[in-house]
Amino acid sequence: MTVVERREIALVDLLDRLLAGGVVITGDITLRIADVDLVRIDLNALISSVNAQVPSPFEELL
Amino acid sequence: MTTGLRYVYAVCRPFGTPLQAQLRGVGGAPPALLHHHGLVAVVSTVPEADFCESALKAHLEDLDWLATTARAHQGVVDALTTVTTPLPLRLATVFRDDSAVRMMIEAREEDFRGLLDRLHGRVEWGVKVYLEPEPAEPEPAEAARPASGRDYLRRRRLQSHAQEEKWQRAERFAHSLHERLAERAEDVRMHPPQNSALSGTPGQNVLNAAYLVSRAHSEEFVELVDRTKDEAPGIRVELTGPWAAYSFSGEASGAEPAVGSGEGR
Repeated sequence: MTVVERREIALVDLLDRLLAGGVVITGDITLRIADVDLVRIDLNALISSVNAQVPSPFEELL
Repeated sequence: MTTGLRYVYAVCRPFGTPLQAQLRGVGGAPPALLHHHGLVAVVSTVPEADFCESALKAHLEDLDWLATTARAHQGVVDALTTVTTPLPLRLATVFRDDSAVRMMIEAREEDFRGLLDRLHGRVEWGVKVYLEPEPAEPEPAEAARPASGRDYLRRRRLQSHAQEEKWQRAERFAHSLHERLAERAEDVRMHPPQNSALSGTPGQNVLNAAYLVSRAHSEEFVELVDRTKDEAPGIRVELTGPWAAYSFSGEASGAEPAVGSGEGR
C-alpha cells in the first residue's frame, strides 16, 4: 500500500513520534522516562550538542 | 546470572501472519509475541545494563544510541504495520519479565481494546510545510551602497518587511493546506515545528502535523498532498508515512477535536 517512495526516515520525524507519541505505560523501569518533560529536556540537550558539532546551515551558502 | 528485561514495542490483536524470521529488535534480539487475555504484546529481551533507569537516562542524551534504538523500535513497529494495526508504545517501555508484561496488559486491557478499535485499518501520515531559505542574493553593486545611515536603515526595514510577508504567506498556505487535509482525516495532531539544526533540513518549518487516515482513503490523501506541492513558490511540502498511529496512541487521543471545522457540528 506504500504509495510514497521509501526514503530513510529522518531521525527527527521518528523522535516526534517515538518520544512524544505512542502509548505511555508506566513500565517497571520507565517510571520517569515516560515523562514528556524529561524527554523534552533531553531533546534540548541534543539540539545544543548538534548545534555545537554542525556548522550553521547558512554558512554553507557563503 | 545476567538477566534481561522485556522491551515492549506494541500491543496488537492476535494476527495470523508470522513476523519475518530475520526481524531484529532493539539490541539485536528477535521480537516475540506474548499472548495474554486476547491481546498480543510484541516484546524482545534487552540487557538490564542498558535499560535500567540510570543507564536509560544517560542513553537518552546520547544521540547515536537514541537513533539506533529509535530505528530498531520503528523497524519492529513497521513490520507489524504490514500485518496488522499495532498500537505502538512509547520508546523504551521496559518490564522486568513476562509476568510483569502480562500484569500491564491486564491493567490496561480496556484502554488497549478501545484504542485498537479506534485505530483499526488506519495509518498516520506526516505533513510538513517549510518556508524555503532565501536564495543567496547577489551583493549589491557599488553604486547601490547606501549613501547614508538613513538609507541603510530604510533598506533593512524593507528587507525585514519582505521577510515578514513571506512568513505570513507561508502560514496562510500551511493553514489552508491543513484545513483541506483535516477534512479528509479522522483525526489530527500538531507536532511542534522542527528545529532546522536538528533536522538538517533547509528552511523554516511552519507546519508539522500528523493525520490519521484509513488505509482505504490513503491514496487519495497522498494525491492531495502531492498536488499542493507546486501550488506555492518558495514553500516546500513534505509527506512522510505511512506510519503506525504513534501520534494517536497517547493519553490525549480523542480529547482534541480535529481542526478545520467545516463538519457543521
